[in-house]
Parts: sequence; C-alpha cells; structure tokens
Amino acid sequence: MIGMFAYNIPFASIFVMMISAIITPLLPNRNRIPEKLSCFAVGFVGLMSAYLLYALTAGGQTQSFNFAMGHFPAPWGNELRAGPLEAVLSLVFCVAMLLSLTGNFSSTAEDIAPKRRNIFCVLVNLLTASLLALTYTNDLFTAYVFIEINTIAACAIVAVKESAETVRAALRYLVMSLVGSGLVMIAICLLYDLTGHLLMQNMHRAIGELVATKRYMMPLTVSLALITAGLAIKSALYPFASWLPDAHGSSTNASSAILSGLVLKGHIFTIIKIFYRVYGLDVIHVLRMDTVIFILGITAMIMGSVHALRQKNVKRMIAWSSVAQVGYIFMGVGLNTIAGIAAACLHIIVHACVKPMLFTAAGGLSNAAGHKKGLHALMGTFYVNIWAGLGLIAGACSMMGIPGFAGFASKLSLTLASFDHSTVVWALTALAASSVLNALYYVPAVIVVLTHNKDAQKNFTAPAPTMSYKVSMLIFLALNFYLGLFCVPLLRLITRGVNVL
Amino acid sequence: MNEELRAIWQTFFNWVMGIGPRPENEVIPPEPPPDLPFTQKPRDKYSRFHEATLKERYNQWLEIHGLHLFSVLYAGLSVLTCVVIVSLLLATVAELPPFGHERNPANNEVIRRYVEHGGHETGAQNIVAGLILDYRAFDTFGESAVLFTAAVSVLMLLGASRSNKPDDGESPLRHHHAFSKNDTILRGVATLSIPAILMMGCVVVINGHLSPGGGFSGGAILSTALILAANAYGFGRVHDFFSERTFIVSSSTALMIYALSKGYSFFTGANHIHSIIPKGTIGDILSGGLILPLNICVGLIVAGTLYGFYALFSEGDI
Amino acid sequence: MLEKLLLNHYEAAAVILSGIGLTNLLLQRNLIKKIIGLNIMDTAVYLFLAAKGYVEGRAAPILIENGSGGWLNSSSIYVNPVPAGLVLTGIVVSVSVTAFALALTLKLYESYGTLNIDEALMKMTEEQKDIEARIDEAEEEVLA
Repeated sequence: MIGMFAYNIPFASIFVMMISAIITPLLPNRNRIPEKLSCFAVGFVGLMSAYLLYALTAGGQTQSFNFAMGHFPAPWGNELRAGPLEAVLSLVFCVAMLLSLTGNFSSTAEDIAPKRRNIFCVLVNLLTASLLALTYTNDLFTAYVFIEINTIAACAIVAVKESAETVRAALRYLVMSLVGSGLVMIAICLLYDLTGHLLMQNMHRAIGELVATKRYMMPLTVSLALITAGLAIKSALYPFASWLPDAHGSSTNASSAILSGLVLKGHIFTIIKIFYRVYGLDVIHVLRMDTVIFILGITAMIMGSVHALRQKNVKRMIAWSSVAQVGYIFMGVGLNTIAGIAAACLHIIVHACVKPMLFTAAGGLSNAAGHKKGLHALMGTFYVNIWAGLGLIAGACSMMGIPGFAGFASKLSLTLASFDHSTVVWALTALAASSVLNALYYVPAVIVVLTHNKDAQKNFTAPAPTMSYKVSMLIFLALNFYLGLFCVPLLRLITRGVNVL
Repeated sequence: MNEELRAIWQTFFNWVMGIGPRPENEVIPPEPPPDLPFTQKPRDKYSRFHEATLKERYNQWLEIHGLHLFSVLYAGLSVLTCVVIVSLLLATVAELPPFGHERNPANNEVIRRYVEHGGHETGAQNIVAGLILDYRAFDTFGESAVLFTAAVSVLMLLGASRSNKPDDGESPLRHHHAFSKNDTILRGVATLSIPAILMMGCVVVINGHLSPGGGFSGGAILSTALILAANAYGFGRVHDFFSERTFIVSSSTALMIYALSKGYSFFTGANHIHSIIPKGTIGDILSGGLILPLNICVGLIVAGTLYGFYALFSEGDI
Repeated sequence: MLEKLLLNHYEAAAVILSGIGLTNLLLQRNLIKKIIGLNIMDTAVYLFLAAKGYVEGRAAPILIENGSGGWLNSSSIYVNPVPAGLVLTGIVVSVSVTAFALALTLKLYESYGTLNIDEALMKMTEEQKDIEARIDEAEEEVLA
C-alpha cells in the first residue's frame, strides 16, 4: 500500500497553502517577502504532488485512496480523494502557478501598489488552496464552499490592479460568477434532497438506483442542467463567456495568466468529476447532457476564434483564444467516453502550460513597446525581448497545433478520441475549422512581432528582461516541447487516472 | 406579370437605397466629364435624388426610440426568464419527496448516526454544532476562509484607496455623520446597552455547543456592539483599541489557531492516531472537545470582520 | 401537480423566490438591485433547505435530558440537522460575497459616477474608442 507520507499529501497541500495565506498579512511588507513565501509554498506543494504521483503509479500499478478529514468515516465526515489524475493536475496547477508568479515578478511590481501586493499574495495562496481542494475533494458541498473562495479570490486578483477598467471587469466577472454559484447551490440542494448524501460515491450509488427505477427523473435532469450551467458560466463556455475577455484582458499579467491557465481549469475539472463520479457517464448519456456539452463545445471552438480575430489588443486576443480552447476541452467531455475525457484532461494540462506562457510573453512584449497593448504597437518587439518573442511564437504554434508543440498532442488525442464516436464528422470539421481560425489570428501577431521596425525600436526603452523572466520562459518553452514530443506516456497516465476516477 | 414584379422590386429597391422619385421640373445636369475616376459616377447619380437610405432611417429611429425600446425589451426578457425559470423549478419541486415526511431519502443512516451517536462522539449537546465543527469541519473551515478572503479583498479595495486621497477632502460619498458627535440620547442608550450586547454575544459564543448559536451568530452580535460604539462615540474612539493592524492580526491569529487545531484533528483522524483532546461530559460548558475554542475563534473573526466591513464602507478606514 | 405543489408549498415558495432573485441578478441593470437579487436568491435557498430538513412532529436537533441524567438520542425525536449546517455555511458565504460585491460597486461608482453597469460600459467604450483612435493614428504614423 501507499506510504504514510504520500497518504497525507492531499491534506498537507491544501493546508500548506491555507496557512501561508493566513500568515501572509502578518509578514513585513518589504523585500517582497510575501511573494517569495507564495512562490516557496507553491513550489513545495508542487514537489509534494510530484512525489504523490510517483507513489501512486510506482511499479506500473494504479492506486487511489480516500482520506477522511477527521475521525469519522465516509458518509459522516468530509473526505478527500487522490488518484493519479488528481496528482497530475495538482502538479500542473502548482507548476503553472509558480511560473506565472515568477515570470511576471517585475510586471507585478509595476502594476500593483506596494500596499496591495501583500494582499495579492494572500489571494494567490487562497486561490491555489481552493484549486487544490477542488481537485482533491470528494464531497459536493465542500466543492461548493471552495468554488466560492475561488470566485472571490479570482475577482479580487482582477481588481488588484488599480484602475476603473479592472473594477468594471471584476464586477462583471463577479455578477456572472454569482449567477453560476447560485445555480450550483440550488442543484446541490436538489441532489441532497433526492439522494440524502453529499459525498460523491454515495450520491452516485443513490442516483444509479433512481435511474434504474425511473424515479425522480425530472428533478435529476434539472439538477444536472443547473449544475452544468452554473459551472459552465464559471469556466467560460461560449455563450456565457462574455465576462472573460474583460477580466483577463484588463488585469495585471500575473492575474491574467493565473485566471486563464488555472481558475477556468479548476471549474472544468469539477464538472468532469461531477459527470464521472456523481452522475456516471451512462446517466449523463440518458439525460442527454453529453450532446448539449458537445454542441456548446464546438460552438465555443469556432466562436471564440471568430471573436479573437476582431481584437486589436493583444491580451484580449489571447483571452478570446482561451474561450476557444475551453471549447476544445468541453468537446472532449461531450464525447462522453474515457478516451474523450482523457483527451480533455490532456488539453487542460496543455492549456494550463501554454496560456500562462502566452500571457507572460504578451506582457513582456507590450512592456518592451512601452506598455502599449495594441497589436500594431508591438511591431519589432521580438528583437527587444527575445525571450518573450520566442514564448509568443511557441505559444502560437502550440495553439495552432503545429506538430512538436504542446497543442498538437492534445488536438491529436481529441481527434483520435472522436473516432469512436458517432459525431466524428462534426468533431473533425470543428477541429479543422478552429485550427485554421487560430492560425488566422496568431500568424499575423507573430509576423507583426517579427517585423523589423527601425523607427519605433529606437523608442523602446524597456529594461532587459530579468533573470526570473528568462528562467520562467525557458521552463515554459521546455514544458511546451516536452508535452508536444512526449505526450504518449502522459496520456497513458491520464487514461489510467480516469479509469480509477 | 414579370414587368409588374420588376416594377414593385424597383420601387422597393429605391426605397431601401433612398432613391426618391425624379422631380418633374428637374434639369438634368450634363454628364460628368469622362476623365473622372470611375468609382465616383454612380455615387453622384444617387446622391442627386437622395432621401434617406433604410439604414439611415433605422439609425434615426433608433436614436429617438432606441433607449425606450431597449428597456421595454429588457423588462420583457426579465419577465420571460423569470417565468421560464420559476415554472421549470416548480415542475421540479412538484416531483420532489413530500414535505416533512419521515421516510424521505434525506432521513437515512447518515442522520441516524449524527443524532444517536453525535452526543458522545463529539461531546456537544447541540447536534448542529457537533455536525459543522466536528463531523463536517472541513466545510466550516472553508467557510471561515471565505469570510477571510472577503475581508482581505474589501480591505484591499476600500482600505488602500484612502491613503491615496488628500486628507482634507472629505469624500462626499462616504462620511454620513447623521449622528452628531454629541448626541446625548444615543450616547446614553449606547452606554447602557453596549455591556448588555457584549455579554449577550459572549453567552451566544460560549454556549454554542449547548444551545442554538455559536461563533457566527455570537460574533455578529458582538460586532453590533462595536458598530454602536463607533456611531455613538465616533470612529476615533473605537480606532484607539481596534485599528486596521489589530483587525488583521486578530483575524489572522484566530484563523491560524482554527487551522492548526483543526489540522491536528484531521491529521490524527485520518491516520487513526488517538487524539489527546478530551470530549468532556455532554451539557457542561467545558465539553465538546475543540468546539468551544473553535467557536471563540470564529466569533472573534466574525466580530472583527463585520465591524471592519461597516467601518470600511462608512469611513473608508478601520 | 397542483396538489403536490400545495404539499411542498415551502419548497414552491422557495423556488419562486429564487427564480425572482436569479432574474434580478441577471437582468437588473442597477448593481445594488442586482446584489439584492443575489440575496433574495440565497435566502430562498435557505428556506428550501430549512423545509427539506423538517420532519413532521419532531424537535430541533438539540439533545434533551431524559430526566434521569441521560440524554434522549433516538433518531425519531429530532429533525434532520444537515440542512441547518448547510444553511449556516451558506449564510457566511452570502455575507462575504455581498460585502465584496458592494465594495466593488462602491469603487465603480467612484470611477464612473454610476451604479449602472451598462452606463459604465458605455463610458468605457467611449474611452476605448479614443484609445483605439490614438492607436490607429500611431499606426498610421508608423506606416508613414
């Protein structure tokens, strides 16, 4: 069985982040100590997650375990659950969070007033804790509580940069998120009333009995629709994504990277867990939710890119591209097969690594151009900040799905997963169309950045990229190539994880 | 027939494009010199009889009626959404298990253990207190973290803005000193009632595991005493013993104690280690294991946070 | 269906209220009213939960002494305690969210002078058009 140390890691990860969040306001606010503490805590949790992953998959076997939070066993107390998939995701979340923080270390200092930087760190720590809790939790109500922490912290890290625009964006984000939380809460109440449990596997058993005897089908359908709609709003599925570009486009670079790369993923993984562990794939199919998700996913893939085409601001363009990428993930979920969900999880990981890199790169480039965010102002910035330029190019290639880059791996596995499915034509058409649309806005951006521009380049007075920026970008690039070239073992690992989910 | 259709189409087309009928007494100007750029010719031709294209008319109409139409549409949409959501949910509710029935799915073995063994397993007479602070303590820890998140975020939004403003400018938005600083009646009543309110709050917090109440409700009562004091004696007097620093330090410390003690209990529970915390006798003040100290921590956090919200919203400072 | 609704009348009232709250939250344009809508919805959910916890003829879940130094702990005496716990958690969440939303609204009012999120958007887009026009000008300069 699994060792004592690995057994306590899920609980320890959440508590390390929580305690570092609680202790941060008491720290002295100089020498950027709070931020260093955040980075250290996130890095530590990342190492622990890596060890947990190793312990769970050592020797070719796939293990998972439940961790009772307190002295009381499963249906009475709260519970955490850890398997390979949870471990991989928390590792990726920690790595992406760490790189988003270190990569934007200097731009955070420019955008956020010193007095607020302390609180920014508290919020980042709480956000990480809530993401880890959402990943590991085995209890639907705990998930709701941590979704709320996630919502408040996410809106607050948008508003942490002091400007009228961010306040408006944060409010819009908050209102949409609250609609989502309200729907989730109503759905959880309905489910509790029907099953008498809040723990996922007990709910699953009770729902299985209800469906087998055809009782309470209407409330079950409504609860599924409400919980999916609520979480879809929070994870910016297309028709509900209008808040995303404002929030992600206007906030400071670190916040944009964290929001796009991680916060959306936490909610999407919650949806996957609810589909897989609460309702079960066959019930989802009986209630027709897979088709709805599939259609919405395809719409998002196309419409996100269409909106991105019309943007002049580089950060807003990348933000709309996130909407399209979320569509890919939902398409994978909508396939409603193990291969589809594994491909969706791979895309979650790929996007969690690539999107923070794109935001960090865009931040570096617009910094090089004197804080201008217009796409045309970036002309020639590649030669000022080569690291950022390389990041943008690699990210763009990845989003377009060029072989060898991370995006190719997940698109390929999505394609392969869709072959088992009756809607293969639609899935392939949408994948092809979306890839072309991605190219239509990423290629011009790359060309603009690469074009020499002697006059403007003289005016660029940005300082050279700092060491932390270079190192973070290097790790981002390495991750990107690693995911693109060696995705097969990872996909196999995820599939094993999904099988024991 | 075809001719007629064509004529109708022509009229319609002219109407859309804004080409009016040719006036009777019009003098047709000579053809423009042929060396003009090709693209300008048709435009000149149209503009001579130009009335207003459909698009222009539409924009004009929108400018006059648009706002009204928009709000009517919005109201209609609101009602429609409301009706759809409510009727869907009503149809759902009609199928739910009947109200108050003892054989509903929710009254299962989970509840049985909470009620039958809750007393000696948690040591709390109040089953709900035992439930939220012992059986399902992780949820409640998350709940305190939500409050902490919100407190920190509000402090960030409203607290920091104050220091940027010049000190002389009394912001017209905040600062409603409706209560004058020397209101005898207010001060008298406050002097009499604040001790009573404080005592009531403490009783509710300390008896949280024996009777209805607990950290959150007691903390809310305590915060009203602080708010009353601030209104009667001015924020400055409260500020003397409850400043922003006190607020942060007390909330963080209380939450830290909460996290560490609960962390200990989660850790021992999951690893099947015997916990050293005694449960006590049901019904005593000193019973219920960690529930009493946790209630006191939550009470402190809530009292501070709610007063902090009030002070930040009305004064922009704690 | 109607008689079932009458039987579940607390739940029916709760969902009507939550529908009203949700619609307010979605479609009101004044932010304060939106936040009030949020609170209506949350409160309706608590009513729903409280109704779900109730069992005919049973007492509140606080142990009663049986007169001989022991406690009555038969599960047929007390109502379901779980919804009460969920409501307590929900109330704290709702207070936190409301305070945060109001703080953001206050900041919005300070920046734009309006509580209407659409008006703020309009002011915003006007500013944005200015910015874009400036970007275009800069672009033309660069091209020239």
